[in-house]
Amino acid sequence: MDPIFRSSGFDFSNSIRNNFLHEKGLPLPKATSTGTTIVGCLFKDGIILGADTRATEGPIVADKNCEKIHYISESIRCCGAGTAADTEFVTASISSNMELHALSTGRKPRVVTAMTMLKQYLYRYQGNVGAALVLGGVDSTGPHLFTIHPHGSTDKLPYVTMGSGSLAAMAVFESGWKPNMEREEALQLVTAAISAGIFNDLGSGSNVDACVITATHTEMLRNFVKPNERVEKERKYTFRRGTTAWRSENIRSLIVSEEVTPVGGEAMDIS
Amino acid sequence: MPDMASLTHPIQRQFNPYTENGGTILAIAGADFTVISGDTRQSEGYSIQTRYAPKVFRLTDRAVLAVNGFAADGNMFVKKVKERLEWYRHAHSKDMPLRAIARLIQTMLYARRFFPYYVYNILGGIEEDGTGAVYSFDPVGSYEREACRAAGAAQSLVQPFLDNQASHKPFPIYFKNQLAAPNMSHPAHLPLPIVLSIVIDSFTGATERHIEVGDGLEMYIVLAKGRGLHDLEGIMGVQELTATEDGERVFVVRRELKKD
Repeated sequence: MDPIFRSSGFDFSNSIRNNFLHEKGLPLPKATSTGTTIVGCLFKDGIILGADTRATEGPIVADKNCEKIHYISESIRCCGAGTAADTEFVTASISSNMELHALSTGRKPRVVTAMTMLKQYLYRYQGNVGAALVLGGVDSTGPHLFTIHPHGSTDKLPYVTMGSGSLAAMAVFESGWKPNMEREEALQLVTAAISAGIFNDLGSGSNVDACVITATHTEMLRNFVKPNERVEKERKYTFRRGTTAWRSENIRSLIVSEEVTPVGGEAMDIS
Repeated sequence: MPDMASLTHPIQRQFNPYTENGGTILAIAGADFTVISGDTRQSEGYSIQTRYAPKVFRLTDRAVLAVNGFAADGNMFVKKVKERLEWYRHAHSKDMPLRAIARLIQTMLYARRFFPYYVYNILGGIEEDGTGAVYSFDPVGSYEREACRAAGAAQSLVQPFLDNQASHKPFPIYFKNQLAAPNMSHPAHLPLPIVLSIVIDSFTGATERHIEVGDGLEMYIVLAKGRGLHDLEGIMGVQELTATEDGERVFVVRRELKKD
């Protein structure tokens, strides 16, 4: 539906279509949702972001080791919970626009810029883009940590959690967070918060990812802790060659005939 | 934006007497033994209610019942079945044979046809003729004797695996869709250690991909009268639950499953 003359205001034609189809009996497609526990935490030298690595489709695990900490810019990262496609695309889109913006302004990108772009986009879609984000980074004005909800509201806080495991993680944060923590302390707290989500929330699981952002350096700790490695299986289930029953066999050579004619004096130089 | 569907008609809220507590159960019948197993996680929605809530219960020395679905109904149903078995014991001075227990479960379930026990039952044990048997039921009492059956949250993950690796009928089509090696045939019945390995791998696999499965695994093994115990020697942590001498024997083995 792309009319030449667009009417002003929000375009909800897809929402109207979806509701109509749903009422007619078409089941809504199950979006892959990240279930998820994501956290962000302010410490002495900057921000630490944390996330689990399980992606679910209803009660089934779609991806046991997905990446939920997305790149926005060198010193800014964004954790995403909610509909996986939405978090993926919205962070990639804003990341791209941030780079263009940085080139245009001639300045290093700021966290509030990303936050504003994200919230304005999400508000425009009235919650239909299911992205719940934890945005954190360090810029020329210092370290900043934001949480952004699917409808476009934002909060600026020293420690935040989002996703189905957010209550489990927040319980850990509320017990253990204090201002001006050292890097090791803060990392331990983030790991404990994500682990609380992993073990107590069914929508979260597998491994802990972390990202430490300071004024000078961003360190991505992919699979920082792996408390859920699969045990070795009891048996091998490889099938014996010849297991599949067949009725007739027909082998054709793809090379009908071959003639090699050396051309030129020297051998080919493949060094 | 409000849900457009709700604008067209009024919505009514009513008390829902049932809930789903997740988990998975599985039973495999051998030549002279049966394995009945279930994970121990009980959940509701995205929360874990407990990491250890048994779903598999010993009824007699030859019958073990696994229940899955709505835990409150499951637990109460097991109690009711045990009560009926106790009445039978006093009336007839013997334990109920397995196929009689299966029929009893059908009538007990159908008696609540219009407010059912929301449970999928799997009854496993040793028949009067000494063979391993598995009976599976739907919530209102339809039942059938089978070689193997999985039920519960991860049924759709486990049952196809069992059909491929463990299935046999009295009519031998073992290892469906697979040719045996030349000059060999597939074994008519799987030995106990292999069945236990298949059960463990079914549950570790289900745990990987289903959020409602995990925490722990309990496997009950029922052996026919006179069957030797040598198969059990290699298995760690075997506990005997047999109440009588000279009859069938019941054992339980517990294993850990992933807790995420």
